[in-house]
Amino acid sequence: MSADQIIVTLIGIALSFLVGWYFWFSRKEAVKIKTADSGVQEALIKVKGGYSPDLLVFEAGKPIKLTFYREETAACSEEVIFPDFNKKATLTPFKNITVELNIDKPGEYSFHCGMGMLRGKLIVE
Amino acid sequence: MSKDPVCGMEVKSPSAYSAEVGGTEYDFCSEKCKNDFLSNPDKYIKPLNPSGATYNITSEGIEKLDIPIIGIHCSSCIPTIESEIKKLPGIHFAKVNIATEKARIEFNRKDVNAEKIISAIKKAGYKTGQSSLSIGIVDMHCASCITKIENELKSLPGVLSASVDLATGKAFIKYLPNLINVKEIKNTIEKLGYKTVESAGEPPVKETPSEKGKTEKEPVDENELAREKEYKTLMHKFIFAAALGIPFLIISYADYLGLPEAFREGSPMLHYLWIAMSVLSLPVMFWSGSQFYTGAWAAFKNRSANMHTLVSTGISAAWIYSTIATFFPEIFPKAELANQFFDAIAIVVALVVLGMALEIRAKGKSSEAMKKLMGLQAKTARVIRNGQESDIPIEEVVLDDIILVRPGEKIPVDGMIVEGSSSIDEAMITGEAIPVEKLENDEVIGGTINKTGSFKFKATKVGKDTTLSQIIGMVEQAQSSKAPIQKIVDRVAGYFVPSVIIIAILAFVGWYDFGPQPNLIYALIVFVTVLIIACPCALGIATPVSLMVGVGKGAENGILIRSGDALETAQKLNAVVLDKTGTITEGKPSLTDVITTKGFSEDEVLSLSASVEKASEHPLGEALLKGASDKSLTLYEPKEFDADPGHGVEALVEEKKVLLGNIKLMKKHSIEVGDLEERSKKLADDGKTPIFLAIDGKAAGIVAVADVVKPDSKTAIAQLKKLGLEVVMITGDNERTAMAIAKQVNIDRVFAEVLPQEKAFNVQKMQNEGKIVAMVGDGLNDAPALAQADIGFAIGAGTDVAIEASDITLIKGSLKSVALAIELSRATMRNIRQNLVGAFFYNGLGIPVAAGLLYPFFGILLSPIIAGAAMAFSSVTVVSNANRLRRFKPKTV
Repeated sequence: MSADQIIVTLIGIALSFLVGWYFWFSRKEAVKIKTADSGVQEALIKVKGGYSPDLLVFEAGKPIKLTFYREETAACSEEVIFPDFNKKATLTPFKNITVELNIDKPGEYSFHCGMGMLRGKLIVE
Repeated sequence: MSKDPVCGMEVKSPSAYSAEVGGTEYDFCSEKCKNDFLSNPDKYIKPLNPSGATYNITSEGIEKLDIPIIGIHCSSCIPTIESEIKKLPGIHFAKVNIATEKARIEFNRKDVNAEKIISAIKKAGYKTGQSSLSIGIVDMHCASCITKIENELKSLPGVLSASVDLATGKAFIKYLPNLINVKEIKNTIEKLGYKTVESAGEPPVKETPSEKGKTEKEPVDENELAREKEYKTLMHKFIFAAALGIPFLIISYADYLGLPEAFREGSPMLHYLWIAMSVLSLPVMFWSGSQFYTGAWAAFKNRSANMHTLVSTGISAAWIYSTIATFFPEIFPKAELANQFFDAIAIVVALVVLGMALEIRAKGKSSEAMKKLMGLQAKTARVIRNGQESDIPIEEVVLDDIILVRPGEKIPVDGMIVEGSSSIDEAMITGEAIPVEKLENDEVIGGTINKTGSFKFKATKVGKDTTLSQIIGMVEQAQSSKAPIQKIVDRVAGYFVPSVIIIAILAFVGWYDFGPQPNLIYALIVFVTVLIIACPCALGIATPVSLMVGVGKGAENGILIRSGDALETAQKLNAVVLDKTGTITEGKPSLTDVITTKGFSEDEVLSLSASVEKASEHPLGEALLKGASDKSLTLYEPKEFDADPGHGVEALVEEKKVLLGNIKLMKKHSIEVGDLEERSKKLADDGKTPIFLAIDGKAAGIVAVADVVKPDSKTAIAQLKKLGLEVVMITGDNERTAMAIAKQVNIDRVFAEVLPQEKAFNVQKMQNEGKIVAMVGDGLNDAPALAQADIGFAIGAGTDVAIEASDITLIKGSLKSVALAIELSRATMRNIRQNLVGAFFYNGLGIPVAAGLLYPFFGILLSPIIAGAAMAFSSVTVVSNANRLRRFKPKTV
């Protein structure tokens, strides 16, 4: 093996680890949602090529109100699906669309777009 | 008191510091605030939501209103609108802004109101899109609540007027639907601590301009518009990328295509072309392919990766390499390494964008069933209130409204006919092709079509409670649910994209280290190809798209599937338990035989039996009454009526002592029945219930009633058997009656004399035999069994409890729907499996081939262009395959 091959190999392996670490093992920042005076946990989620925030922490037993604001017309993000609750919402672009949930059981509940490409998670504690 | 517009402080009005701007007086707390305000008043007058309509009331009673006006195209229209508004009394200021398409009006609320202004705008020929709504409010006890709610509502952008009536507990709101929706209005009321109830809960229909007599117009589906717009944008992007990509491609293969010398390798002309292509590739990447970059970046921020990540990484790598090769070919150790891939960039972008556009088209078709259902909803109802007929939007129909329906019209909500009769086409809800005759007191379903007569009916279900709304809700819920098979896919999808990136990197390294010369070129091609070919879209949409089509198809046929779970289990069923009463049979007993002894006529026997039953509430009594009334017999008032539980009844009719009941009753009163006992056994063998009648201590005859089998039960059961299911009947009736019915419909296995609470246990017993069991029933007492079964079918109108406990609801009363539902579930799951196998196969095969695994053996290596085409068409193929389901035709039914 020549020197350049060794360098390419090492960089390649290092990059692979970096990719794996970044997407799978690095800690994502979860957003803790505070309860409003009305007792409802409200969160605004922007939708543009992904959900931001995409990791939300809620308290169990209190109603949750998620407001989605879709800032694009790309068809991918048209629908948001909460498979654990059989809930679906069509996100009209540039409109606030709310999804209301009541989760009593702590756990992790994922949501995703119609094609499963964009993903987010609700963590209920 | 008024509010300082700068700091928000409450100040006395008029205050020491005040100023007038635009005809309005503003009060301030200090000189500083006033100066700040005057230096830039617009900054502070600006409404909270700059794009929305606002509705402010100053302390002087002057209101400011911003109304969006639709369809202003020329500046010459402005004076028309303005002068029309200014004709009204009490208008201080009216200005139409063509850029924002809004009218700003300041007016005195004593002289004029928002409604009058809107009608003035309409008179000028423009739309404002106003809707009205009434919402019931619970827990409102004091007059002060009214002001609180009204003020809060009025402060919302988009609300034109709000009035709350304490007596009826209702709020009437006029609003602009493009600025606020019913839900937001309700939320506002609820935030104040009151509960709202629906008087009618569907989204508002935009009021359309005053085209005379035409109040009904299709509401614009904004999502549909957005989809259409996205499609057009993508097509433009595709055309742009393709228009550049094709010449790029021709130039890149100049040697093979035999183009003139100037385009061949090594010519100076070609070098300039490369430079041009390098520059021209930028708009292809950043305009045609902009969604790849924005999507990838958004995902990257969230530490996730998706298809956009793959495509953007691939084309960026190709562009950087090609550009370096164009401008600095000397840095490459060998001349042949300075290769260009601009053609690949443009073509890949074009193909992937085309795929996305086609997918939008195909997806639009998949949700057609849903659209059809939504389209069934009538827009207006002709309501008779206080003797006045008026057309009102369907959202305003309230319970107990009397609604008039003429021939050919759609029935707006669910209700009961109070006057008139007609035949009604219910095909859209039940799938039943033949119109149904409806008389007074019969129920009608919203969304069905009145064929022949005019009638009036009373609304019994409105808003989201109507059958149609519930069907829509249920279908929507099922379409968004997840089939268990999907969970595996999801787990894979989470790891998919980063894995592909790693594979691409490793493939690059492998080719660099071990590949043939020029190794850098091969490594790069492989890297880009792997990234491009691995589109996770096909995998992601494989299940949901088929599910959506399948569930929608079911709804079209009156089969409501609750979830993807239900659909997946339904295809595995191998046994079905049918409740006898109401499922196999009509569920209502009817008179079948009248037998008399010597000296009594048939009419006499029937009329006396029916007369006795007039006082009882026994279901068998109803059958006798109906039998008697069918023959138009005279009935008498029973006296001294007495029920003897477990035996029968006795009463005095026309001075005759009448006994009506079973053989035990006859024996108890020591009545000689003669051969009647023998004949009653024969009736019982046929599944009929014999009832003995004795008049003045003498046996007079037998009336027999039976629950008759539904006309199509026999064929339906044959179909179920043909589908390979074991068919079992369950009933609380005695063995003999049960066997008689079972024989009629060809059922071999019967659970008879089963107490209601034991039905679930019997279902479990079958499950213990290792079977996957469906239970079909309609009644309250079936609910536990429906829940116990792997799949519970609630049949016919069914009780709410039965529907709640079931997985699949059959709107039509026919058992044939069970067979159809099972067939549909099998077809849908087959379709899902095809999609998944296709998607896995595509990726499982595509990635290794792209990585060059076949190269050492067969010399096969894909180009990024082929990869782009494959990716684009993989998802289109999946959606198209799902759309095949729309043509689903049952084989047995």
